[in-house]
Amino acid sequence: MNQTLYSPLIFELSHPGRKGYSLPENKWKVAHATEELPETLRRQGGLDTLPEADELTVARHYTNMSGNNFGIDTGFYPLGSCTMKYNPKINEELAALPGFTELHPDADDADVQGALELYDTLQSALAEIGGMSRFTLNPYAGAHGELTGLMVISSYHRHRGDAKRTKIIVPDSAHGTNPASAAVCGFQVVQVSSTPEGTVDVEALKPLLGDDIAGMMMTNPNTLGIFETRIPEIAKLVHDCGGLMYYDGANLNPMLGVCRPGDMGFDVMHINLHKTFSTPHGGGGPGSGPVGVRSGLEAFLPGPVVEKDPATGLYRRTSKPDSLGSVSSNLGNFGILVRALAWILAMGRENLPLAAKISVLNANYVKENLRDYYALPIEGICKHEFVFDGMRAEYGGSHSDASHITTLEVAKRLLDYGFHAPTIYFPLLFHESMMIEPTESESKETLDKFIDVLKKIALEARETPHLLRTAPQSTPVRRLDDVKAVKDARFTYTPEVN
Amino acid sequence: MKYIPHTPDDIRAMLDVIGVSSLEDLYAEVPEELKLHRELDIPQSKSEIEVRRIIRAMADKNRKLVPFAGAGVYDHYVPSMIPYITSRSEFSTSYTPYQAEISQGTLQYIFEYQTMMADLTGMDISNASMYDGSTATAEAMLMCVAAAKKRNKVLISATFNPRVLNVVRTYAKFHGVELVEIPAADGVTDREAITRELAAGDVAGVMVAQPNHYGIIEDFTGLADEVHAAKALLVINSIASTLAVLRSPGEWGADIACGDAQSLGIPMNFGGPHIGYLCVKSALVRKMPGRLVGETVDADGKRAFVLTMQAREQHIRREKATSNICTAQGIMCLYVAIYLSIMGRQGLVEVNEQSAGAARALREALLATGKFEEVFPGKPFLNEFALRYVGSESLETLRRRWAESGWLGGVTLDGMPNCLLFAATEQRTQEEIDAFAALV
Repeated sequence: MNQTLYSPLIFELSHPGRKGYSLPENKWKVAHATEELPETLRRQGGLDTLPEADELTVARHYTNMSGNNFGIDTGFYPLGSCTMKYNPKINEELAALPGFTELHPDADDADVQGALELYDTLQSALAEIGGMSRFTLNPYAGAHGELTGLMVISSYHRHRGDAKRTKIIVPDSAHGTNPASAAVCGFQVVQVSSTPEGTVDVEALKPLLGDDIAGMMMTNPNTLGIFETRIPEIAKLVHDCGGLMYYDGANLNPMLGVCRPGDMGFDVMHINLHKTFSTPHGGGGPGSGPVGVRSGLEAFLPGPVVEKDPATGLYRRTSKPDSLGSVSSNLGNFGILVRALAWILAMGRENLPLAAKISVLNANYVKENLRDYYALPIEGICKHEFVFDGMRAEYGGSHSDASHITTLEVAKRLLDYGFHAPTIYFPLLFHESMMIEPTESESKETLDKFIDVLKKIALEARETPHLLRTAPQSTPVRRLDDVKAVKDARFTYTPEVN
Repeated sequence: MKYIPHTPDDIRAMLDVIGVSSLEDLYAEVPEELKLHRELDIPQSKSEIEVRRIIRAMADKNRKLVPFAGAGVYDHYVPSMIPYITSRSEFSTSYTPYQAEISQGTLQYIFEYQTMMADLTGMDISNASMYDGSTATAEAMLMCVAAAKKRNKVLISATFNPRVLNVVRTYAKFHGVELVEIPAADGVTDREAITRELAAGDVAGVMVAQPNHYGIIEDFTGLADEVHAAKALLVINSIASTLAVLRSPGEWGADIACGDAQSLGIPMNFGGPHIGYLCVKSALVRKMPGRLVGETVDADGKRAFVLTMQAREQHIRREKATSNICTAQGIMCLYVAIYLSIMGRQGLVEVNEQSAGAARALREALLATGKFEEVFPGKPFLNEFALRYVGSESLETLRRRWAESGWLGGVTLDGMPNCLLFAATEQRTQEEIDAFAALV
């Protein structure tokens, strides 16, 4: 990554008369059809921001801009709950095959048999991995999967004619998306508290259960990286009251081939292909959030559904009468599905559980090496991730002291050393949360370097705290003025200001 | 391939530090009855050569069809710059740009995307993308209801692409929005029906599509005033590329512009990934879902960009949020930004002229066969139009013959037997059109 900022915007490189495109000569009989449209239907003005630039200028602009960015391919990304594992290059090559990218979604089933086969092969593999009966791969992202899964739960209750189940239980440690998804789906959210050990408080759960509960959302391991060992009991309690169990697959990685959500008692789940199944995060998308259901709930999945006609052996797209409806225009982010299947095929049945176990090994190794420097609020073996509650008091991290070293300062100092920051200030259970997830992709040497740097930062906090207070220093830009961004509210380029 | 670097020695050394004796011991607390005491029933690990062979075989089973079809997904030219730059892993392997100091690349291209999309739609502000055009439209509906507070009814034209309509219906059903479909009259939205529904009251928003599903360019003169007089919001859904030549949502007086921007440099991809866009007038910014990048300065006063206005978002508002969207289509913003930079205003206009020219040539060639007739005569269109098949053999037979000759011959229209929706882009040639028509 660059240490200096490449700063121009494409608008500032525009030069009247330059051109970066070439099209065939316009020989159509009606060459200016748009000019024949009624005036009232035609564009009146604007488009002044679109640049006039030659091809090389555009190539250099975006290439130089890429140097301002940190990615998994540039360095270690210990971002908790995000599973920033290696994105294999073969996946990219295969997703870019013209046999996929040049397919129009309205081609007949007979002409897209390979694409439908890929979809069905991936859904079957995910069903086996999740311990579910069937998956839809149509949801576009994890949050979209949550919404879809909750729609399945809602449809199930509606189908039974049970209209009074209006509430979804969500643990207080849950990611904010869980309650937001429930609200968008029309549910009221009921929060259940955690025990001091960081797991769902079963005693606090019991009084919440009743005939108004549609279901409960959980992730296991939870956002603290702790396995919820009482999950069978929780599932039974929720099932006994008539609700369904929803598994948020954000933390599926350490469970691959070891322990399946379906076997834990979950009825509906989503998977983030861009976390567990190695597809790139793309700076915030496109992702993919397949949703799986246990036997008996398949009819509610969104359309279109891909299935194999047992008579002809051909794949087809259909919609089912009890389906919740559609959540996407077509079959989701198909290009992401190609990548995920490539990864599953490469890993195979022997390496999926190994990935899970190594992700747990890596997390515990980092935790054990740093616990003398950073405050560990929860003891014991973690799964793929863990949370520190800031730096230990003896190094300057103390919550009662207003001038203590904050997690934000540690995170920013890490950037100076060429590492991405952990997830910070989440979960909300602690004041100075610092959530670390190394994934199975990282070697012992990388982890050792990261550990050394975090130790060094702790020593810096004691000896030379200004290095943390003013960090980062060696990044393309330094700490940003967030308040100005809100106050000025400038979301588009305005030449007179710039 | 396993993409795991650990040697047995590494594992041993690391287990020692942790103080357990095996990898299995790391799962000691997991109840035995929950564990999978068998191998997963999926194939064994494959080499890169084998993975490539298996997935290429799937790609090869798809028939390569040249589309004379659109229905929301268009075979526009994708400049070679786009796959080349977007595959740079500094962009593709990065996360959502929360750590702005090391994410200026992502933030800067999103800011460029927002600027150009706001301009194209004639709106003040664009967010940093939605999943696709249909979910963007569903979110626009939720915005109308959230902005109106107590009113809960949204009108939507039946001339919407049915795929978009289906998704909007789904969101409405679960969120409890009363969605009223405004019928079509002669292929365009029945304005009198809108007037009647507005008079009945309780309307939070009115949603129309441009060009509509039949390819027709509708005249929305006076619509914004009528909708605003009822204190409702006007939402216009458009195919992004066409806005270079068509009156923009902003120029029609819309409050929200939404739709799909696949037409701006993104391959068809069997329906995804594409990119949804959502643009609003300034007054609605706090109701807008999704990420938003804003300009600011760093500690040295340098211009820089940052995710901003996050108080609107799900991770802050939790159950009070009106949208749950977090990640959307990230790098697809880069596709669009590069496309618009390469094409510029002139290129975009020319793409529309040539697509419309090709569509007119296609229409003429099909009508000349005598086996097709007009469905909506005299209605203005750009690069997409409907025709009714009146030939003697079945339409299915004709479409199969087209497919077997390498053409995607239109898209069928729900509820309109024997009608096909055709589209053309600047990529089509007169020779292709002649060969296609000759098969009729």
